[in-house]
Amino acid sequence: MRKGNGEKRKDGLWTDAAKRFRKNKLAMAGLVMLAILILCALFANYIAPFHYDEQNLPAAFESPSLRHLMGTDNLGRDIFSRIIYGTRTSLSIALVAVLVATLAGGLMGAVAAFYGGVLDNVIMRFLDVFLAIPSTLLAIAIAAVLGPGVTNTVLAITIGQLPGLARIVRATVLSIKGEEYIRAARSIGAGNMRIIGLHILPNAMAPIIVQATLYVASAILSISSLSFIGLGIQPPTPEWGSMLSAGRAYIRDYWFIVAFPGLAIMATIFAFNLIGDGLRDALDPRLKN
Amino acid sequence: MEKDTLLAVRGLTIQYETDSGVVHAVNGLDMELRHGETLGLVGETGAGKTTAALGIMRLLPEPPAKIQSGEILFKGEDVLKKSDAELRSMRGKKVAMIFQDPMTSLNPVLTVGEQIAEVIQLHERKSAAEAHVKAQEMLRLVGIPPERFSEYPHQFSGGMKQRVVIAIALACDPELLIADEPTTALDMTIQAQVLELMRSLRKELNTSMILITHDLGVVAEMCDRVAIVYAGEIVEQGTAHDVFNDTKHPYTMGLFGALPDLEGSEERLHPIPGLMPDPTHLPEGCRFSPRCPKRTDACVQTLPKNVETVPGHSVRCLLYEHGMQG
Amino acid sequence: MHRYILKRLLMLIPVLLGVSLTVFALLYFSPGDVVDSIVAQGGVYSEEDAAQLREEFGLNKPFFIQYLSYIKGIVLHFDFGTSYLTKRSVTAEILDRFPTTVLLAVLGIGIAFAIGVPAGILSATRQYSMFDNIVTPISLLGVSMPGFWFGLMLIILFSVKLEWLPASGFYGPKYWILPALTIGFSAAAFIMRMTRSSMLEVIRQDYIRTARAKGQSERIIITKHALKNALIPIITSTGLQFGFMLGGSILAESVFAISGLGKLILDGIKARNYPVVQGGILFIAFVFSFVNLLVDVIYAYADPQIKSQYVRKRRRDK
Repeated sequence: MRKGNGEKRKDGLWTDAAKRFRKNKLAMAGLVMLAILILCALFANYIAPFHYDEQNLPAAFESPSLRHLMGTDNLGRDIFSRIIYGTRTSLSIALVAVLVATLAGGLMGAVAAFYGGVLDNVIMRFLDVFLAIPSTLLAIAIAAVLGPGVTNTVLAITIGQLPGLARIVRATVLSIKGEEYIRAARSIGAGNMRIIGLHILPNAMAPIIVQATLYVASAILSISSLSFIGLGIQPPTPEWGSMLSAGRAYIRDYWFIVAFPGLAIMATIFAFNLIGDGLRDALDPRLKN
Repeated sequence: MEKDTLLAVRGLTIQYETDSGVVHAVNGLDMELRHGETLGLVGETGAGKTTAALGIMRLLPEPPAKIQSGEILFKGEDVLKKSDAELRSMRGKKVAMIFQDPMTSLNPVLTVGEQIAEVIQLHERKSAAEAHVKAQEMLRLVGIPPERFSEYPHQFSGGMKQRVVIAIALACDPELLIADEPTTALDMTIQAQVLELMRSLRKELNTSMILITHDLGVVAEMCDRVAIVYAGEIVEQGTAHDVFNDTKHPYTMGLFGALPDLEGSEERLHPIPGLMPDPTHLPEGCRFSPRCPKRTDACVQTLPKNVETVPGHSVRCLLYEHGMQG
Repeated sequence: MHRYILKRLLMLIPVLLGVSLTVFALLYFSPGDVVDSIVAQGGVYSEEDAAQLREEFGLNKPFFIQYLSYIKGIVLHFDFGTSYLTKRSVTAEILDRFPTTVLLAVLGIGIAFAIGVPAGILSATRQYSMFDNIVTPISLLGVSMPGFWFGLMLIILFSVKLEWLPASGFYGPKYWILPALTIGFSAAAFIMRMTRSSMLEVIRQDYIRTARAKGQSERIIITKHALKNALIPIITSTGLQFGFMLGGSILAESVFAISGLGKLILDGIKARNYPVVQGGILFIAFVFSFVNLLVDVIYAYADPQIKSQYVRKRRRDK
């Protein structure tokens, strides 16, 4: 029990983690869902039966049918097609925003943790200011200032997520920095660059990737929230949150107008959460429940 | 079973069912403990000593652990057949346990006093105030000022924590104390103090004890009888005097050979070659045969039986089976 | 302990100054101002009138002068400025709305805690049981669900179809149920997951085995030994959730047409009524920071190791 089986331990961290990940049914389900979503985003124009902006007023408010799988909205647009196209909007904005936030926030956090002292203090106090505002509110405030639109939404989400990511990276790097093997590396004369590149970065990667995945989930939520209150993506660009916002008025009579876009948001967030959880279990088996 | 037998373990077999296969942790373990006696359970890390001890307490996490077969007779009653309620009234009261790592054995959010008083209140009809007094007595008994009752574990050093654990274990005057490597996690100097404390308390309270250790020096100091464990079974068992002076099993000989000799009669230590077998794939025949310097062809095929060479000294090795027959 | 709290309170000052500067700067440098939106709405016709309005609102003064007088007002008179539209004091507007938002958040946290903690404990102590296998995936769905959409679904079910509960407003307990569920459900799922993993971590610890070795019953082991340790991270996540709720109340208030702080800020944003927006955000940041401080203090009380750093050691206990 306490001893592992010697021969099987030759694989590296990543191959080992990949094996564990593949064994995790929920995580694999998340990966399949994500693959489908990505395909929808890439090939929306082939998959969607209608164009997202194709109006057909006589056919407004049609209930779900074979022709319109999820019904039509107040302008007679096919909800299913708009949801497929909406994948493109949400995924691209969320991925870009989290990527930028992870890189920029990660850099800030890593620099703060690695050099410590005054620099750490300055960076962290600066981030404290942003952390004092709940992230939804921060994104809303920034979106309010910048105005709606895709670029501004990306910016608002990035700034909203950056402080949290920076703090996570800082904590990760700090804990690695305190490990014996870093001292061991120093004791054999390794320089900063070598320590960062060879020891800190590879060891910090795993937790940061896990967190970034979970942050994509929360970015998807933020995008739709912003659009829902009229600050994010504007019509006619297909976006799930703004579809909900536009459909609200008809909630009394046509449930499908608001039901399906929300399900799409939920499914996407669910997929990223499943993958994030799976990655965490796979990369840090000690935490596995 | 003899009258003064307190604990008799027969054919105890425990496995862990894990993703990477079935781990055969304890394989047909037999041992016996008499009233007032201290038995040393000796073996390398991973030999199954802790699993056996937790099995006796019925504290194994089941699953993944599974007690396959055997019986554990404590005062003639089979522990494996007891109900949960019976087990609870046994634990802490009749059988107590001291764990290996004092740093993690105490609850960080409860004061040490509360943790001692808890076991007293569980098993003795005492009010909270009386339990408090008794807990303070126990603290004094293990050499901690009773005023430290309301302090938390993190305010104590490792050695002091282990004293607290000992106080918890002995608070209800158990008949059997199982000490699982109680000093392994401590500094050398503290080890001696804690062992001395355990020895004097054991004598004072007349508690029987199973002392799990991999340190033969500790055994020589503390134990009346010794059982040597290898790959989940006992390969040699007898009085400390017999096992030390008339060593039979090649593995036991190997353990002594790996000890430094203070008189310096030998140039160097003789560690046992090879490693403990993988408990998911135990070797056929004698488990020790792959590492045994006296191995014969028969050893690889036949699992040796337990042979009593002189009364009270038994060994599990083909060398002696054949000796008896021939 | 008092010194610790005082120190933390003092540390809040620069953070809140930073928040105020950031929010102020953000809004100052953003394109368009309230006069533009008044003009757009046809409230003012001529250029001169617009210029006069700007003068009146102090919008022509340099940035730092505006900022300093703003801060001075807050510090000296707890005055967050005057709403451009209603001409009322922002402080009064915020205080009017604040109880509603707090009530909503407290109800939400109450629901979240009441569902999340017991479900998490059951799930952890019965790992891989039927209950665990059902509740754990549901909780992951719960944290994945957009609260505002859940609110809309609740309206469809309970207001439109069943006609049990009102779909908008916040006038009494009957009105509270759906909004509180809306913000409470995701938080319940979050707290449940936190409780579960924290409990699973704790019940594997050696000291739980020690408690079993004493002959203690499982029920007491869970409630006394395990929960007390597991609660420490749960407290933190509950505090965080409360903060999220203050921020997320904007959405719930929008769905249920509740005139709380969130709605105030949102309306302010739309009308470029910046004093209200600034005041609202600053106020929420203040409450959020204060809740975090409270959480840290509770945390310090719950964890003897942290507590003893701040409390003078009581070596002799009598």
